Amino acid sequence: VSFLPYVVAAWLFLIGLWGVVSSTNLIRTVLSLTIVQSSTYLVLLGVGYRSGGKAPILADIPTSSKLVDPVVQVLVLTDVVIEATVTALLLALVIQAHKRFGSIRPADLRALRD
Amino acid sequence: MTHLTALPIVVPFVAAALLVATGTVLPRWLQDCLAIATAVAAATLCVLLAAHASQQPFAYWLGGWTPRRGVAIGISLSVDPVGGGMAAFASLMVIAALAYSVHYFDAVEGLFHGLMLLFLAAMVGFCLTGDLFNLVVFFELMSAVAFALTAYRVEERAPIQGAINFAITNSIAGYAMFIGVAMLYARTGALNMAQIGAALDAHRADPLVVVAMTLLFLGFLTKAATVPLHFWLADAHAVAPTPVCVLFSGVMVELGVYAVARLYWVIFAGPLGPHVNALRAILIAAGVITALLGAWMCSVQRHLKRLLAFSTISHVGMLVCAVGLLGAKGIAGAILYIVAHGFTKGALFMCMGVLLHRFATVDEFDLHGRGREIPFVGVLVVVGGLLLAAAPPFTAFAGKSLIESASSDAGYGWLIALFVVVSAATGGAVLRVAGRVFLGWGPDTGPDPGQMRAAEERDDETRDRREHTPIAMMAVPGVLLIAAAVVVFIPGAFPGVQRAAARFTDHAAYGQWVLGGKHIRWPRVQISHIEALDVVYALIAVAGAFGAALLGLFGRPLRDALPSAIREPTRNVLHRLRHLHSGEIGDYVTWWTVGASLLGAVCLVALT
Repeated sequence: VSFLPYVVAAWLFLIGLWGVVSSTNLIRTVLSLTIVQSSTYLVLLGVGYRSGGKAPILADIPTSSKLVDPVVQVLVLTDVVIEATVTALLLALVIQAHKRFGSIRPADLRALRD
Repeated sequence: MTHLTALPIVVPFVAAALLVATGTVLPRWLQDCLAIATAVAAATLCVLLAAHASQQPFAYWLGGWTPRRGVAIGISLSVDPVGGGMAAFASLMVIAALAYSVHYFDAVEGLFHGLMLLFLAAMVGFCLTGDLFNLVVFFELMSAVAFALTAYRVEERAPIQGAINFAITNSIAGYAMFIGVAMLYARTGALNMAQIGAALDAHRADPLVVVAMTLLFLGFLTKAATVPLHFWLADAHAVAPTPVCVLFSGVMVELGVYAVARLYWVIFAGPLGPHVNALRAILIAAGVITALLGAWMCSVQRHLKRLLAFSTISHVGMLVCAVGLLGAKGIAGAILYIVAHGFTKGALFMCMGVLLHRFATVDEFDLHGRGREIPFVGVLVVVGGLLLAAAPPFTAFAGKSLIESASSDAGYGWLIALFVVVSAATGGAVLRVAGRVFLGWGPDTGPDPGQMRAAEERDDETRDRREHTPIAMMAVPGVLLIAAAVVVFIPGAFPGVQRAAARFTDHAAYGQWVLGGKHIRWPRVQISHIEALDVVYALIAVAGAFGAALLGLFGRPLRDALPSAIREPTRNVLHRLRHLHSGEIGDYVTWWTVGASLLGAVCLVALT
């Protein structure tokens, strides 16, 4: 078992969180969020990896070949779809924020104050 | 019968797509009819499924991929009476929200109806699915639709900011859950919840299982707005359109608590069995802090939708305690309480919607005495306040009594005092609003004028003439309040819920009926009854609610008379707390990270 993917994943998760926390630009915030999410891809793919395993497409290789786990790859696909949806939605909101607040600095969004 | 299982998810999906596709052509009344008809169909199906499952719970394998020799490759919808019942409850709330929005606001080209039906499909799927990854995907779908619904009035400033905060915090929570799923898959090679549970039975609680559990619970507790993961909730509720708030507060947030219970009993009950006391303490600690912070913030709000939002946080804290007791009786109480709270809170949000529709503001002081024009709504708000305070002998009271009895059984008898405080503070806040708005009691100016601006309606959320409130806008909350009160009096409901909860918490049986399709012979369940002492506690809470309301209305001289040694520190703490709810996404994510690290550290130390 190689721990490298999990170390990189933990790093991406944390650096992404730091990006969201420290961001002074909403576009950067949204992109940092996608970095957090990319850590989930690495964890999923790392879980399914077999050393020396082939891509799980059985059309042109013998069915007895050693394969990486196809299930996690399907999960990552679903994950990518979710990322696309949420990122698109958030970027649309950022455009609206720019129109209405005249700024995309998170600190300038002051419609809600308790 | 079981072939109908997928329909309450599929039908709203298809109807949503049709409504969006034909939105520009169809007249508004037809869109309303189609959307409501779809929700009614989903509700009927869910009720049928729940009734069928109460005889015998069953798993439906999509595409016929049934398990072979106990190994599940396919995806199951595992329907038990609790899951089916929650799905039915969610569908009923969607019907109410759609019926209310007929007169409420101008939907644009079928989008609103489409989103509401997608939301319905996601909630039903979330309740019925038996597959862990599926659960997380329905969670994400529910979230994405909720973000869009929050920002439905996208031309305004506040909804944009509220939706951004909501989207970022909940997305991070969702990603944590993906990692949790991956870890469990790595450990067990399974995604079906029953199969993961069976595989973990032989395992001790090693760090990998505990971290996976923490990550999954983090996601659901973020949705359930547990302190300090709760910041998104007040922002989203304050800015979302009222019919959407009804669903957020009434169902979506509670589904987070439901999922924590489901995951514990199906997956983690085996390995964490030896550590049950530690896990109980952790969940109850989180619940207590949430309940208290929510109750306090609720009682100092003047923006009425924010007030109800913090009230929801407080009640959810109580539900986290109930589920955290990790026993069947606590679950039974939580189910009754979720239904009663959902209907009541939905009705109260609808009443606030009437105020917004008529007076274009939801600021308590700005509305001083103006509610006299609509006395019927005042009656509804008072009834709602009393039901929120769990006045006997209605549904919330029955649920709360069960939770109290479960707390005593588990050695957490002091929780009863907390529940009295929650009921008194949140019920009292609503009664105070009723007194000020509909009777004109108390002063008409208050602190924090900043909230007043936020409470005003800038762009028209509502439609129609303002002088006249449509009957339907008052009838729907009225019906919801009646439902909230009388659900428990349906013959067989009270013992039935306890039986369902006992089966819900049967870890071994779940694996047998899902993977083996076995017919389970259930043991007899000892049915608890409400005791005289519960009535006494409830009456204290109701009296406390009236007291809190009067104090809020007329207590200002009293507060000024307090020695400054008490007054100043309280004011400072409150000021700091308000300042924390800054509306800045960076702060919220910082708090989320702090909460996540804390929960992770405590779980790793206490549970491995």
